Amino acid sequence: MAKKDKIRLATVWLGGCSGCHMSFLDLDERLIDLAEQADLVFSPIADAKAFPPDVDVTLVEGAVANIDHLELAKQVRAQSKIVVSFGDCAVTGNVTSLRNRLDVDDLLNRVYQEGPGRTPTGSDPDGIVPALLRRVVPLHQVIPVDAYIPGCPPDPDRIWTAVSALLAGEPVRLEEEMRYFG
Amino acid sequence: MSVVTLTINDELASANSGQSLLEVIREHGIYIPTLCHMDGLSERGGCRMCLVEVQGMRTLQAACVTEVAEGMVVTTHSERLRKYRRMTLELIFAERNHVCAVCVMNGHCELQAVAAIEGMDHVRFDYLHPDLSMDISHPRFGLDHNRCILCTRCVRVCDEVEGAHTKDVMGRGINCRIVNDLNQAWGSSQSCTSCGKCVQVCPTGALFHKGVSVAEMVKRHDFLSWITLGREKNEWNYTGQPPYYATERRKE
Repeated sequence: MAKKDKIRLATVWLGGCSGCHMSFLDLDERLIDLAEQADLVFSPIADAKAFPPDVDVTLVEGAVANIDHLELAKQVRAQSKIVVSFGDCAVTGNVTSLRNRLDVDDLLNRVYQEGPGRTPTGSDPDGIVPALLRRVVPLHQVIPVDAYIPGCPPDPDRIWTAVSALLAGEPVRLEEEMRYFG
Repeated sequence: MSVVTLTINDELASANSGQSLLEVIREHGIYIPTLCHMDGLSERGGCRMCLVEVQGMRTLQAACVTEVAEGMVVTTHSERLRKYRRMTLELIFAERNHVCAVCVMNGHCELQAVAAIEGMDHVRFDYLHPDLSMDISHPRFGLDHNRCILCTRCVRVCDEVEGAHTKDVMGRGINCRIVNDLNQAWGSSQSCTSCGKCVQVCPTGALFHKGVSVAEMVKRHDFLSWITLGREKNEWNYTGQPPYYATERRKE
């Protein structure tokens, strides 16, 4: 099979703990089947600096918590045919959004300025550390999302059910036991 | 007691007059979700999960608070009902901080289960993320307002079964809160008997045993029918059964 006939797959890590990616690696030997059908063109576990064009399927882990996430999410949407909210943080905000009851400036002041050590940047963008958004939001609130894989993290069987459907060009339909949050 | 005949999902069904639609629907092996209903407690009709279509009625009816009537034609599953149930569920999730991953009830929660059963794959509304407190002043139990869906099962079991009426609801609309006595710390309540019934009937992680960690809290809702019907049935020892949604075969 010519290389360009393979599905162009990407995974993205926004405001999450990377647990979903760990679970993705737990696909174990199924990763070999996956590698035969898809090229991993962008991922925290692949060596690519910029999000490439013409991606077929992108799995997005994590909620949208800062301006870099927001920018990358928009790029992902523009350059991917199918975008999947991958795991509870992307789907609901989950643990990442626990800070939403707090004011961002109060939060940063409390943690960094009132605490010990050097004072880092606040919520203003400085081009180095991305500024936090006022509120952490799930992915579908900033870009249209085509499918959802719940779970914290989604177990490998869920991921495989969803990914194999996407590789076959079919919509993601998870059975009831695979639809639980948490 | 007279017998009435009604139609549920194009099938004839008979019921005793005075029975609730929900009771009859469940008797016929049809699953519809519920959150505020609990066998052994009075009905509230608050969660709106058991909404059904009744022919000739303009609005959807909550099956738990609708009495059966002769010639009633009922639909329990339709596109319209699916839409409303899902919307209601999403609003419940958006209203408070339901973070399943770090909840004591993860994996055992009725709200989590109903969301999976109804196929709620995401919430379309903005999450409110209210700044809510926890009351852990009671020596054995905790109350976490973040997880509360205001089903009022705790209020009803405390009043109707335990007879203490420690718990009640204060405020209106989105400001409603479960309170102990006159809105005071649970540990300072003089009416609370520390029986723990409220904890067992709570569908979510809002009421929990102190000392349990994430996913460790399991509620045994059926203890209530054992208390109320145990003598009648000569069941002296509580053996416990898994909750209904874990065992019953669902038929749509």
